[in-house]
Amino acid sequence: MSADQFVQYFISGLTMGSIYAIVGLGFTIIYAVTRIINFAQGEFVMLGGMLSFYLIKSAGIPLAPALILSVLITVVIGAIMYLLAIRTARHASVVSLIIITIGAAVFFRGIAGEIFPWGVDIVRPPYFTGSQSIAFLGAYVHPQAFWIIGTTVVVMILLHLFLTYTMVGKALKACAISPVSASMVGINPRTMALIAFTLAAALGGISGVVMAPLTLMSYSSGFMLGLKGFVAASIGGFKSPVATVIGGFTLGIVESLAVGIDWGPFTSAYKDVIAMTVLLLILLIRSGRLAEEERMS
Amino acid sequence: MLERVKRKWYYSVIVSLLVLLIVIPFDWFPGHYTTIMVLIGINTMVTVGLCLLLGYTGQVSLGHAAFYGIGAYFSAVLSKTYHLNPWLAMLIAAIATGAFAYVIGYPIFRLKGNYLAVATLALGVIVYILFGKLAPGGPDGIAGIPNLSIGGFAFDTWFKRYFLVWGFCLVVLLISQNIVNSRSGRALRAIHGSEAAAESIGINVDRFKVKIFVLSCVYASLAGSLLAHSMAHISPSSFDPMVSVIVVVMAVMGGLASIWGAVFGAGIVVMLKHELLLGFGELEIIIYGLILMLVMIFMPEGLFVWLKSSYVKLKELYIRWRLGQIRRGAET
Amino acid sequence: MKKYLMWALTLTLVLSLLAIGGIGCEEEGEEEPTPTPEVTATPVKEAYKVGAILDLSGPCSNLGIPEERTAEMMADQVNAAGGINGHPLEVIIYDTEGDSTKSVTLVTKLIEEDEVLAIIGPSRSGSSGAVIDTVTTSEIPIVSLAAARSIVVPVEERYWVFKTPQTEYEIIPEIYTYLQSADITDVAIISDTGGFGVAGRTLCNDLADDYGITIVDDQTFADADTSMISQMTHIKGENPQAVVCWSTDKGSAIVAQDMKTLQMDDVLLFMSHGVANKAFVQAGGEAVEGVIIPAGKLLAADEVPADDPQKEVLVSYRDDYEAIYGAGSIDTFGGHCYDGLSWVIMALEEMPEGLTLADARAFIRDAIEDMGTFIGTGGVYNITAEDHLGLGTGNVYMYEIVNGEWVWFK
Repeated sequence: MSADQFVQYFISGLTMGSIYAIVGLGFTIIYAVTRIINFAQGEFVMLGGMLSFYLIKSAGIPLAPALILSVLITVVIGAIMYLLAIRTARHASVVSLIIITIGAAVFFRGIAGEIFPWGVDIVRPPYFTGSQSIAFLGAYVHPQAFWIIGTTVVVMILLHLFLTYTMVGKALKACAISPVSASMVGINPRTMALIAFTLAAALGGISGVVMAPLTLMSYSSGFMLGLKGFVAASIGGFKSPVATVIGGFTLGIVESLAVGIDWGPFTSAYKDVIAMTVLLLILLIRSGRLAEEERMS
Repeated sequence: MLERVKRKWYYSVIVSLLVLLIVIPFDWFPGHYTTIMVLIGINTMVTVGLCLLLGYTGQVSLGHAAFYGIGAYFSAVLSKTYHLNPWLAMLIAAIATGAFAYVIGYPIFRLKGNYLAVATLALGVIVYILFGKLAPGGPDGIAGIPNLSIGGFAFDTWFKRYFLVWGFCLVVLLISQNIVNSRSGRALRAIHGSEAAAESIGINVDRFKVKIFVLSCVYASLAGSLLAHSMAHISPSSFDPMVSVIVVVMAVMGGLASIWGAVFGAGIVVMLKHELLLGFGELEIIIYGLILMLVMIFMPEGLFVWLKSSYVKLKELYIRWRLGQIRRGAET
Repeated sequence: MKKYLMWALTLTLVLSLLAIGGIGCEEEGEEEPTPTPEVTATPVKEAYKVGAILDLSGPCSNLGIPEERTAEMMADQVNAAGGINGHPLEVIIYDTEGDSTKSVTLVTKLIEEDEVLAIIGPSRSGSSGAVIDTVTTSEIPIVSLAAARSIVVPVEERYWVFKTPQTEYEIIPEIYTYLQSADITDVAIISDTGGFGVAGRTLCNDLADDYGITIVDDQTFADADTSMISQMTHIKGENPQAVVCWSTDKGSAIVAQDMKTLQMDDVLLFMSHGVANKAFVQAGGEAVEGVIIPAGKLLAADEVPADDPQKEVLVSYRDDYEAIYGAGSIDTFGGHCYDGLSWVIMALEEMPEGLTLADARAFIRDAIEDMGTFIGTGGVYNITAEDHLGLGTGNVYMYEIVNGEWVWFK
């Protein structure tokens, strides 16, 4: 592996890692506040990407408003999902709520395959700023990749500031640490859960519109995107936005370098196996501390 | 009074289940129902294992398809490529799966809750990818797996396989029921309640968890072997990560609080997919998603518990009505 | 109470959404039986039932949907023309979701409950492999629409099984012959890890020596991969003259895009017949310009010379299909279904009245095997007892994508 190639692999890993990270952020927020693993998170991403294509191509709306509108629609869908499906199941255990999110995921996928005029085909919304790749430290980078990495970092910082410095953010954090004590000081956990779902849907929508030009999108893309985002969130420990993004970057770079090392099992054929093994090792190494945390909560 | 109603409910479920099972394969139903019933039986076996794990110890596994698949692949390869007797292949598959589960059980069960889910999911993904890469047949899978047979009697039709699979399934259900009602069952429930408390009254928490995990993996392996020998063809796609998720769905839909819930969970999910929604064409998965949500919203503890409580409610209403009638009769 | 209200609200919302989408799948389904009584004023004979199990949802639904549309269109055409010897044709379509276990239960249902005469499908190789055992023991003919060669080989064990799509054995030699004539020797392969990709990759490696080709790199990617930059960087490091990409729409489009990103402009890119559809070109956009794809002649029906035996069937199928589903909607997957269902219809036309179900099924099987030369959309078929696909060479064109159109390459 030459130095140029290393840079190329690294940047490629960062791009993929950003995608995983921004999807993972949605998982983290919902999990922290409600302890629900939201299986519909990947579908939010899919909806964001598909809606942006629909609005630009079929409805003819210019790029920037179309992107914002796609995210807004996804947010509304996320909020409706929470109000109709999660909130109404008041007495359900967390595992039942998780099954509800699985049901919602299947439902969204089915709807997406039905309502869009291109049905089940793959689509690609236009690139934000052209497709001429940029030479960067000896590597070539697609302009859209900069958008993806940039969006992830900006979203991470904004989210961090939101959680640290705003009243609502602090309330979310309090709810994540202990719902019982949070409600004692007057924070309504159900309002917080609604905010968490809305935020997660927004994150899903944003990641969808930003990545779709590069990764392409079809009605069935959601599950696998969600799976990778979930892994990123778990490497980060479902804690802070920063930890999740680091988790995503780790996953992306491991996958990318596994292709580059090209020795023994470290080839493209086994890159997912390697990534999952790294995840297992990280979890097992941290298992002592993780068990402690679980007990605390 | 209520206790008696509940106990009666329990027996009537088992009896009606047995009656149904015996009646269904005969003439009343079209032929492909036996195929679907075989699938329900196989899925029930996997689900029961997960019910034990999730419902009674509170430990989640999102990687059960891996063990289901290991059983199926061991059975398929040993009996097809190495021409071993299918029964022997099935036994070796179960032992191998159990051993594998035992080895990974201790490290993996040091993780709790959500992290356990992630770890088992990762395991499931790894095993699934390796099926496609290393197992014979690659992604297209293995065809022409021999049937199980006793002496000269081969289980070569769905009608015969039906009795084979449900025989296995009932044995698995009864074993699990016994475990739940035994000393170990109480220990498991104690672990579910509070691990620290269980530990303090002298229960070896880790050992119990791993034991149940191994047992549920052996169930999955047996189910996988039965699938391989019934379908005569297996491919990695039957054991992908989504299958692990569906097994959890079956367990929760049926009701985690009871072993018999597994039958209902597997039954409803398999029936929805293979029969009930067929007329809807492309709308099928939309309705499927809606039903999943609706069942969980209106019956959060699962079908079995819902049926049970509705039965008890109805019975109470009836008794009250009867009492009223008797009272009125006495007055007049 | 609020709960129920909320749910009723969503249901209405969803239903109206569906109505707006103009999909109305139920309506289509209900329309089907209505033409039958109108057409046959003469006494209605019993309908001939043919089953079809297709991937209408799941990862390969872009194959299943055009297949379903073709089957529905053909059934309507046959019935509008008075049926087959007076019998209306009824095609019963089920969705396999790409699931091999479900394919088996659906086949059993078609055989035992719907009592169909023959079965079309499934769309994928894995599912097709899974149903072979059931159709063989139940003795019913099946025409698979999947790519893998193992579906009809070994033919002794595939007595009841036929298939229509080309396999990698018809396509890869075409690519290699071209490479040989262009003096290209260093080739890199990139393929997906599914059945289709693995089959193509294996054959690419096996045939390389015969054509004097060196495989300089061999990379794979998974379904979930969102970027192939890493794999393409690796390939770029080995300096190939050409890249062969063996996968379906999504992965292939990303490979083309990432090659452009890495500025591998002087490297030729070849792809499989798995991307021979309009959605691939549309989604690929400028990135897939210049990609070379070998596929059946259907995509360039107009460019096919008039003396080509396939010309007539290609143009008529394309025109019929695009008249219903819009200009440019044609792809080769629907063509596979057209060929398969045509075989069954031809067999039904020859079938004498009054056969028992088992005899009728056996008759159809024999009729397909003895059909002789059949000119279809996928090529000129010559099915024999030894070859249940019956495609020779010369049925494949090389296309280049130019300005978003399929252009005949040689």
